[in-house]
Amino acid sequence: MNSQRLKTKIAGLELASPVLTASGCGGTGRELAQFCELTRLGAFVTTSVMARPRAGRPTPRVAETPSGILTAMGLPGPGVEGFLEHELPWLAEQGVPVVVSVAGNSAEEFAELAARLSGEPGVAAIEVNVACPNVADRGRMFAWHPGAAAAVVRAVRGAAPAGVPVIAKLTPDVTDIVTIALACVDAGADALTLINTVEGMAIDHRTLRPAVTGVSGGLSGPAIRPIALRCVYQVHAALPRTPIIGCGGVATGLDALEYVLAGASAVAVGTTLFHDPGAVPRIARELDEALAARRIERLADAVGLAHRPAGHAPPQVRPATPPPPHTAPQTAPAAVPPAREAAEAPAASGRPAEPDPAPAPAAEVKERTP
Amino acid sequence: MSDTPVQTSATVLTVRQVQDYHAMTLVAPAIAERFRPGQFVALAVGGEHTGRLVRRCFGVYEVKSDYGGTVEVVFADTEPGTAWLAGLRSRDKVDVIGPLGRPFRLPRDPVTCLLVGGGPGGAALFALADTLHRRGCQVHFLLGGRTGKQVFGSRMAHRIGDSAAVTTEDGSMGERGTVGAAMPRVIADTGAEVVYGCGPTDLLRSITRVAGEFGLPSQVCLEEFLQRTGACGIGVCMTCVLPLHGEDGVTRMVRACADGPVLRGDRVRWGDLGTIPFDALGAPRVLGVPEGGRAR
Ligand SMILES: Cc1cc2nc3c(=O)[nH]c(=O)nc-3n(C[C@H](O)[C@H](O)[C@H](O)COP(=O)(O)O)c2cc1C
Ligand code: FES
Repeated sequence: MNSQRLKTKIAGLELASPVLTASGCGGTGRELAQFCELTRLGAFVTTSVMARPRAGRPTPRVAETPSGILTAMGLPGPGVEGFLEHELPWLAEQGVPVVVSVAGNSAEEFAELAARLSGEPGVAAIEVNVACPNVADRGRMFAWHPGAAAAVVRAVRGAAPAGVPVIAKLTPDVTDIVTIALACVDAGADALTLINTVEGMAIDHRTLRPAVTGVSGGLSGPAIRPIALRCVYQVHAALPRTPIIGCGGVATGLDALEYVLAGASAVAVGTTLFHDPGAVPRIARELDEALAARRIERLADAVGLAHRPAGHAPPQVRPATPPPPHTAPQTAPAAVPPAREAAEAPAASGRPAEPDPAPAPAAEVKERTP
Repeated sequence: MSDTPVQTSATVLTVRQVQDYHAMTLVAPAIAERFRPGQFVALAVGGEHTGRLVRRCFGVYEVKSDYGGTVEVVFADTEPGTAWLAGLRSRDKVDVIGPLGRPFRLPRDPVTCLLVGGGPGGAALFALADTLHRRGCQVHFLLGGRTGKQVFGSRMAHRIGDSAAVTTEDGSMGERGTVGAAMPRVIADTGAEVVYGCGPTDLLRSITRVAGEFGLPSQVCLEEFLQRTGACGIGVCMTCVLPLHGEDGVTRMVRACADGPVLRGDRVRWGDLGTIPFDALGAPRVLGVPEGGRAR
């Protein structure tokens, strides 16, 4: 495995691997550590931390659905004080960047959480869960409204230390995810995680009732991968300089590659961990092999490649042997379309709400071609 | 020997029909050598490209040293995942994680133990019986089911137990009635000092109640609850939670897989399974208002 190839960067945060755990799917970290070395995770993303301890929803919380699971959790957790006392100190000692996910009932609560995390060592980034599809009070899902989502992101950005990246995690259950993404980046999000679960439903054949408490739940796993991939592609087209963590049904290195080609700089693995707790290092290895087979020397060279106009000869897929020296990726398009810069500066206003008509995030690819 | 569970691709040695159930023996030396009675294994179903992502959790009937180490599980075929397992043949592969969860705690002194079981889950009592015997304990069995075909291991219980009693609801084997109804007599007859239970959740509840009436400690294995509610078996998904009354008087939602599956019967809030009791840590604060609701 080429350790250089997989290096990636999320808004200033350098990661040795682009394969992360997804929020809410890696427990406290201790459980996963029994099955894989945590140092081999790109980062550990915590379950969303809330202000107070929270029991979550009653069981049944999960139903198996085709290529996925439906869950209704209600954001259970020990609350921020419990997290800071029992979970973060241990995680911070594991030699893996820790991304702390936060969730709250109001923008103020989000801000208080970010402030509370400020002095704490070992917080590499804050992920803002503006999508809480499992919480009973659906009317207050911030991620449904650009204004509400932006207010939360602004509050967290304001309260978090300047050096700590703020990542907004969005729901796909909106009419136009690009509008929400633009609002969040405008409000100061340094990066985006796409996506949280998709609202769905299952009915139990025996009880003749909804299979999870709370009637509907969040669908996750490979079943939602095409939806998540579409979201990543659309948002990358509109915001080519905003780092994206792709999330939804990643189970193999080739799944991860699809996300990278769509525009993600990293991927997060959730439901797959329930099935295969050692999945993250395996996916990283497979991604490395998949890149090597396509003569892609650096992950960054592959980010957003799927946006190139048709007609570019695809690089030949070869067996995964080390590439000869000086092999430039045969991928950089000759021309870099203009009109990208407008969407780049987070503070810019009056940004078009529509994705650009000619998406081709080739600038980075070209810059880095030897 | 290490406490850490392992994930391994195990080879199937045999799958047999036993009464209404299936018994599957897997070659899994690393799991066999780590196993302690009460622990369980989590099996992936559907093969390499499966779309079924929930792991199936089963207690372990027996570990043996043959073939480097084997693990035998007993299960009922109730859904497509267990049907897939029941259809496996010798030399097939299955991905297994184990041993998982906290085992039965063992008495320090050679006491008289009553082991109460029902359904396929009762199979997990036999590994415990071996260990108790080796410690010089007396082991008495009480097994129950709706019909004789649903009572797993009655012959084995008669063979290895200091005594064994069976109840069936239809009277097709042993005494007609339920385990709960027969328990007081069996406790009196055997002079049991400790009760261990394994099986359907309702059964565990009555075991706990009767043991409590006699002032006896009970340890019960919530494998069936875990099978119904869990997804990962390793403690990361948080779907298998139940309310447990702690030593400090606080009720917490704990995981059947990682905090159990063996729990002290008198600590489980049986009447509140499938709910979040209003006094549990982190319960919604105002009755009638959905958590996360406007009341905050
Ligand atoms: C059981 C469970 C718990 C989750 N908890 C959280 C959470 O606390 N915060 C969050 O932002 N996302 C949470 N998610 C969403 C995941 O992080 C992820 O976005 C989603 O499951 C899609 O990825 P996947 O298909 O790889 O699971 C949870 C998902 C599941 C299945
Ligand atoms: S089954 Fe996943 S936490 Fe218990």
